[in-house]
Amino acid sequence: MLVSPATLRSHGLLGMNRRNVSYISRYNERRLYPLVDDKKLTKERAMLHGVATPTLRDVIDTQHGVRDLGKRLGGLERFAIKPSRGAGGKGIMVIRERDGEQFLKASGQALTLGSLQRHCSNILAGLHSLAGAPDSVIIEDLIEADPYFESLSVEGVPDIRVIIFRGIPVMAMLRLSTHASDGKANLHQGAIGVGLDLASGRCIHAVQHSRRVHSHPDTGVDLNRIAIPDWQNLLTLAARCHDLTGLGYLGADIVVDRNRGPLMLELNARPGLAIQIANGKGLLPRLQWIEAQENIPDSAEARAGMAMAEFGEKIPT
Amino acid sequence: MRQQPLFFLAVSVLIIIGVSMMWLRHDRLGIPLLPANDKPVWLVEARIDFVALGDETLASLSLPNDPPGYRIISEQAASPGYGFSRIIESTGRRGEWSKRQATGPQTLYYKVQFAPGKNGTPRPSGNTEAPSNPQRIIWEEPQATAAADLLETARRRSSTPASLTRELIKAVQSPNDQNAALLLDQHSPQQLVVRLLNQSGVPARLAMGLKLEDARRNQSLQPLVDVYIEDSWHLYDLERGGQQGITPNTLVWHRTSGPVLDVMGGQNSQVRFSMMRQSIPALDLAQSQTSADQPLGYISLYQLPIEEQGMLKLLLLLPLGALVVAFMRIVIGIRTSGTFMPVLIALAFIQTTLLPGLTAFLTIVGLGLLLRGYLSRLNLLLVARIAAMIVLVVLLTGLLSVFGHEMGINLGMTITFFPMIIIAWTIERMSVIWEEQGAREVAIQGGGSLLVAIAAYGLMQLATVRHLTFNFPEVHLIILALILLVGQYTGYKLSELYRFRSMVEKD
Repeated sequence: MLVSPATLRSHGLLGMNRRNVSYISRYNERRLYPLVDDKKLTKERAMLHGVATPTLRDVIDTQHGVRDLGKRLGGLERFAIKPSRGAGGKGIMVIRERDGEQFLKASGQALTLGSLQRHCSNILAGLHSLAGAPDSVIIEDLIEADPYFESLSVEGVPDIRVIIFRGIPVMAMLRLSTHASDGKANLHQGAIGVGLDLASGRCIHAVQHSRRVHSHPDTGVDLNRIAIPDWQNLLTLAARCHDLTGLGYLGADIVVDRNRGPLMLELNARPGLAIQIANGKGLLPRLQWIEAQENIPDSAEARAGMAMAEFGEKIPT
Repeated sequence: MRQQPLFFLAVSVLIIIGVSMMWLRHDRLGIPLLPANDKPVWLVEARIDFVALGDETLASLSLPNDPPGYRIISEQAASPGYGFSRIIESTGRRGEWSKRQATGPQTLYYKVQFAPGKNGTPRPSGNTEAPSNPQRIIWEEPQATAAADLLETARRRSSTPASLTRELIKAVQSPNDQNAALLLDQHSPQQLVVRLLNQSGVPARLAMGLKLEDARRNQSLQPLVDVYIEDSWHLYDLERGGQQGITPNTLVWHRTSGPVLDVMGGQNSQVRFSMMRQSIPALDLAQSQTSADQPLGYISLYQLPIEEQGMLKLLLLLPLGALVVAFMRIVIGIRTSGTFMPVLIALAFIQTTLLPGLTAFLTIVGLGLLLRGYLSRLNLLLVARIAAMIVLVVLLTGLLSVFGHEMGINLGMTITFFPMIIIAWTIERMSVIWEEQGAREVAIQGGGSLLVAIAAYGLMQLATVRHLTFNFPEVHLIILALILLVGQYTGYKLSELYRFRSMVEKD
């Protein structure tokens, strides 16, 4: 049932304690956390550093701004309302369509402008933020999932989590929601984690509930054939995320938009360890290799290239 | 990496200081490292409070006199500016504090130490003073009839004063007796038995006893029935039913006629008791330190008033609980809801004992979760929601106490030991987890919290542990060092050995 610590070490697995002591607390300065915890700040910095994100349409900071919501939205048809400092995906409202006075959610449920306003004022009052602190509302364009990604999962847009250490992408996984995970891309709720080869963006390993799977239980898609298009670009975008925060150990969530290509959705200063299970590999050897590097290139392209050369699968194609 | 040597140096220094201070105190002052097996000594402190009126003041407190089962080792009174004397009257001992002029709130202390006597055998008589004739009892109607009725029934079933006492106690305690119910409206059961005995010609009086429990504060005296049978006085504790004698942990404080506390020149007077268990060497130490300046006479907890000592005894267990939480979360990997919530629960368990505490806690949290389900539909803001939860938790506590009392379970007192606000927060967090991550996660985190709380409780209630934390406060330096060490642990958690098992299976 249990595995011996020596076995885990020989597989290079990074444990929670080691992650916290040796990486997060050593490489992530506390004062930089707000940059990733506050989506508004993240987006501002992203714009400065040329990291593409879903287009920001509006920010509402005050309750009286909520009154003009109808005017502010204008003719916007498809958008997402998010709390700027929401925790764990809470308080995100996705509007797919407008039908006269009605706003239609992804589920087809129709909402009035009034209920959108109530949602916004709840966000402002801190209903969804950490510890209930007052918050602001951000309104951004909806992601139009790339058709390739749309075919992979049932509900929700698949996203790619990349761990970036000292600016170099270390490991990546694609998260596919399932019926079991209720459309959420959370591995411990039953989403599928697909480990990706850093050199090519191809699937190397896939798990659901910590068990190896080969096809998507709902769509039947053969997971082993997954290959992310435009991989190098995506990895470069991930590497650039380091520049905009300055955090040494970082998780970036990236989606691929039909029109705009890879977009950075959000960043995480304490990324989880499940990515190792999805990849069937430990993070430690790669982290230690990077720690041993004296010179890390300034350009994100070069760092992404380093990752592709160093951490790719050595399989003959 | 560079700070590592410094860190380990600091940790070793802490441990060395802790261990050597412990050793010094053990060696020089003779405090035993393990709780002594010999009989404990009870330290009891009576605290008299009153408001002086500005004139000469005289406070007189009845003092224990040769209480059955205990022997007085030492006693002392502490009260700034007051003259103190012990007066031995034919009826018993009294302590008298006097002052020419006193205004405002006054506090007087009287400390006494008892060692248990030979097996607590009730001695034939504490004071063999022969009773005056039985008091005359005058009842008003309709109580007179009820009393006569009650007495008549008891008398018919008994033959001696002893059996009469037994029958009377039974009658008073019987829930269905309407005569008794009527009389109990105006008198406590003990008072009633005493009155009825006197009425039937058996001399009897109220005595006052103190229930000894470790580290209790703000206790008051419990009435006992004292009956003169065959040339000596015999005590009856109504808690034991009609049986003669008192419960083993009862210390008889007051055994004469007359008031326990009498204050002249003051008002709003009251006396409360704090008590504490000690082992004999600790007692020696306390004495040697108060008498002479010892070379090792550094800060000592024994010099504090007992009330504070009792509180500290509990507080000094907290660091250990914190260590348990740190260990369980970091090394074992048990997930708990709220970082240190388990410690507070464990502390509450210490006062309630495990099973009643666990039942009370689960009931409150369970009911709270149900109510919270409704609150979440109201779409309240966080602070208001938790404030509402606090009100509901307090109401639930009250309701459960009443309910438990009706069913004869003494849940009420145990629940009030739980920190209400922590419970409200726990319910809030649990229900958020429930909504977002499902019932399974609630079970994992809630179960984890309880598991850690029970582990902390198990450790904190060990006699050795309580002895060490209180008598050797320097132990906390070692605990601090251990916590620092755990904080630097970078190995795998036990739970990760399970979580990552699939990574190895494929090989």
